[in-house]
Amino acid sequence: MEKVKDKDLQYVIGNLLRWGVWSSMAIALLGGAIYLYRHGQEIVNYPRFEEQDHDMLAILKDIFHGIAAGHGRSLIMLGIILLFATPVMRVVFSLIGFALEKDKLYVVITLIVLTIIFVSIQGGLG
Amino acid sequence: MTVLAFTIILFAGAYTAGLIGSLTGLGGGVVIIPLLSVFLGVDIHYAIGAALVSVIATSSGSAAAYVREGITNMRIGMFLEIATTLGAVFGALLATIAPTHVIAVLFGCILIFSAMNSLRKKALHVLNESSPLAYKLKLYGSYPTSTGIIQYGTKNVLGGFVMMVVAGILSGLLGIGSGALKVIAMDNIMRIPFKVSTTTSNFMMGVTAMASAVVYLQRGYIQPGICMPVVIGVLLGALTGARILIRSSPEKLKIFFAVIITLLALQMIYNGVTGKI
Repeated sequence: MEKVKDKDLQYVIGNLLRWGVWSSMAIALLGGAIYLYRHGQEIVNYPRFEEQDHDMLAILKDIFHGIAAGHGRSLIMLGIILLFATPVMRVVFSLIGFALEKDKLYVVITLIVLTIIFVSIQGGLG
Repeated sequence: MTVLAFTIILFAGAYTAGLIGSLTGLGGGVVIIPLLSVFLGVDIHYAIGAALVSVIATSSGSAAAYVREGITNMRIGMFLEIATTLGAVFGALLATIAPTHVIAVLFGCILIFSAMNSLRKKALHVLNESSPLAYKLKLYGSYPTSTGIIQYGTKNVLGGFVMMVVAGILSGLLGIGSGALKVIAMDNIMRIPFKVSTTTSNFMMGVTAMASAVVYLQRGYIQPGICMPVVIGVLLGALTGARILIRSSPEKLKIFFAVIITLLALQMIYNGVTGKI
């Protein structure tokens, strides 16, 4: 029985990864097209790197405001955020899978991984 | 240079990096950073940010197929992800305080090591019995081959775990997948069969890179204008590379690229030492 469930989990996770990557790439490509259409003829100017410190909520807010204003760069960022979410969703799905298989050890291990990811999203260590 | 020209050059460079990365097994991240920072003069911090994002894309994209075929061991992957994500967060925090030229020199050294490692002959070994700890953690499994299903066990869990923390730190610090180190941890130390260790390492990269990429995002390392052509370019290049690999096993090509990458690495080390980066 466990074998069958492992197979199901593999199938779901395989598809999740594929869709996550392709949909985020499609959004980034669309954003890129808008960005190039609006700014393609400008001169490239990337200043020396300056350390910033934003929290995730502020970044998301900026992205949605930018998209509402029709900024291609914000749409690219949305694609990138979606790409970041793909492996996280994979871990969440594994958690559900291990829970369904009643594999307590791996439920705990998966929760540890999720906690580490959550702490890094919170920037709690920074 | 106009934004359009810059984007096209980045895209072409990233495509090449993805292609070389997948043909040599080095991964696109490792090739794109010297390309951006040495040839295109992009600040190494932005290059690392873009490389991390492309690592997430290529690893998730290629992992999808292996997971469905049942070659990837999701339990081994999940257990070792504790080590790699911990290391990755730590590495990303280190990157924000480490001086740029130190990063460049360290990167060059890892690049040379990875290039040499890609030429190593892969020994085929299958362990029948797991060590007691590996057995308790269920770090065993089976995978399908043309001659039937192969069962395998693992050993030396602690050694592999520690090596994975190191791989995670380097991944977060340098913006690479650290595929070479991950495979060494699983292949040489834990004795996981080669096919399983490469695909599982690939599977783990997405989450590892994401753990540090989030820190990079909050610090402003992720520039959409640079990331877009780089990520799409690397992904398409890697897909092309995978197609070529199915048809041929390019040993001579591997040696050729190992030499080129070593030269690139030496250039980076030189730039780092003389403070040009």
